[in-house]
Amino acid sequence: MFSRILTVAGQEIRIGIRNRWILLAAMILAVFSLALALLGSAPAGTLGVDRLTITVASLASLSVYLVPLIALLLAFDAICGEIERGTLLMTLSCPISRVEFLIGKAVGHTLVLAFALVVGYGLTAGLLVAAGYGSLSGLADFVRLIATSVLLGVCFLATGYVLSSLTRQSRTAAAASVAVWLMMVVLYDLALLGALVANPSGVFASDVFPYAILLNPADAFRLFNLAALGANDLVGGMAGVADALPFDPLLALGSLTVFAGLAMAGSALLIKRIAP
Amino acid sequence: MTETSLNAPTLRVDGVCKTFSGHKAVDDVSFSLNGGERVAMLGHNGAGKTTLFKIVLGFLKRDRGDVTVMGAAPGSHDARIGTAYLPESVAFPASLSGKEVLTFYARLKGERPARALPLLERVGLAEAAKRRVGTYSKGMRQRLGLAQALIGRPRLILLDEPTTGLDPISRQTVYELIGEIAGQGTTVLLSSHALTELEARTDRILILSKGRLVADDILSRLRAQAGLPIRLKVWTRPEDLDHVSESLGGGQMNGRSVEFNCNADDKVRTLSAISALGDLVEDVDVHAPSLDDVYRYFSSAAGKEA
Repeated sequence: MFSRILTVAGQEIRIGIRNRWILLAAMILAVFSLALALLGSAPAGTLGVDRLTITVASLASLSVYLVPLIALLLAFDAICGEIERGTLLMTLSCPISRVEFLIGKAVGHTLVLAFALVVGYGLTAGLLVAAGYGSLSGLADFVRLIATSVLLGVCFLATGYVLSSLTRQSRTAAAASVAVWLMMVVLYDLALLGALVANPSGVFASDVFPYAILLNPADAFRLFNLAALGANDLVGGMAGVADALPFDPLLALGSLTVFAGLAMAGSALLIKRIAP
Repeated sequence: MTETSLNAPTLRVDGVCKTFSGHKAVDDVSFSLNGGERVAMLGHNGAGKTTLFKIVLGFLKRDRGDVTVMGAAPGSHDARIGTAYLPESVAFPASLSGKEVLTFYARLKGERPARALPLLERVGLAEAAKRRVGTYSKGMRQRLGLAQALIGRPRLILLDEPTTGLDPISRQTVYELIGEIAGQGTTVLLSSHALTELEARTDRILILSKGRLVADDILSRLRAQAGLPIRLKVWTRPEDLDHVSESLGGGQMNGRSVEFNCNADDKVRTLSAISALGDLVEDVDVHAPSLDDVYRYFSSAAGKEA
């Protein structure tokens, strides 16, 4: 069982290397994080906060946009694309179960994403440390950022698999993935913000809003990271929310894990029903 | 392996029906295949060949009937271990090499890659093994697919239109391989609508028409069953044409030749009548009904019944 899962995972990683997917993802993450670290840290110099920590705060916001996008792009083709190319028929006629196949894909894609994150963000961290800006606690923040980014990525990989098993054409799955990204990463926040602005002191703001943030893995990710930085006042923005929360920010991490688990289970159920 | 399991049919399909939203794709089909048989399944597009394959592989659920693959349920782990399948059109990951693709499938089938890789040589891809599959021609990709199907010596191989779109030489290679595999005791079931090339390359022919199995026999017996006439063409000099035509019992005259049909039973008698004409005959063409003709006979007969 493990050897078959690893075979599928290895194939995904190899394809990721061959078609330069890993390289591209790592480069995008490196370029954006370097830009944020170099440009964004100029005004922070006087605040006396570890520059690595400030950078991690900006990178958390970057991850919210980029990681789901990269994950969905990796995943949308995983099942319907294989149906289109006829390889799913061939692979599933081998003695491998569908769940093993799906887990193999997920492991491979997760490793691709983790590699891109470690290289992309690691480059930025390394540069800051080499320039004498880093401290040990700042590095710990970096590690936490990368680890939670991988978890966020798994949430959206699994979402991509769900979309991929619901559609028969990879073009449809691609369109659906873009729509899901827009809704969960951009529009969800806008809607929450709109509702909050409309009635800043009502029931929504105190009882609904915090849990609405918890439900969306992108928001839960940002909430957990900013709260964990413990530099709320300095980072500003959404971080201020963390203090007013009616629950422990660790719950956000739990929410991410549950979302990833449910989405993986959902795609496992869906792939069992496919007639390739 | 016990002797009974060797003698038991590799694949048994019994009264299988499958309906897609009111359309009968497979209608009460029964047959069984034994070890080492090369069987061709013929049928027009949409006759139900691929649907039947997918039922045998366990990808589709049958509405009625029974299928056993080497004594196991279709799609079960045991059935899949002994079965290999080559779908009609496969696009392997273009950025991987042929060797990597074969290694991948060998691992999935639990075979050591080192034992599977010589298959590339057997299908004539040894030199291209390290090239990207994206650079392969259609024939090469098909041969890679065939190599995939040969991994681990399966007992049943299903090939869905393995020669469609291939040039004559690639086709010949494919059939040579199929012959070799069957020689080792593996049952090969292939579907095709390129009929003429199947003659002499298969042991048995199944003909599907509109989801129903309308013929299941060896080709010579199907020919006899169809009772199709043999077409003879006798070449002669223009001035002898009338005489030749008369002595052979009439027929269509085209300037220098006489064409007529004769039954399979009369073949020898007619040929001796022709040779009795001696110098009058310049040449003789004997055209036995081809598989095309036999196929057309059976599928149109089924069409009239329906």
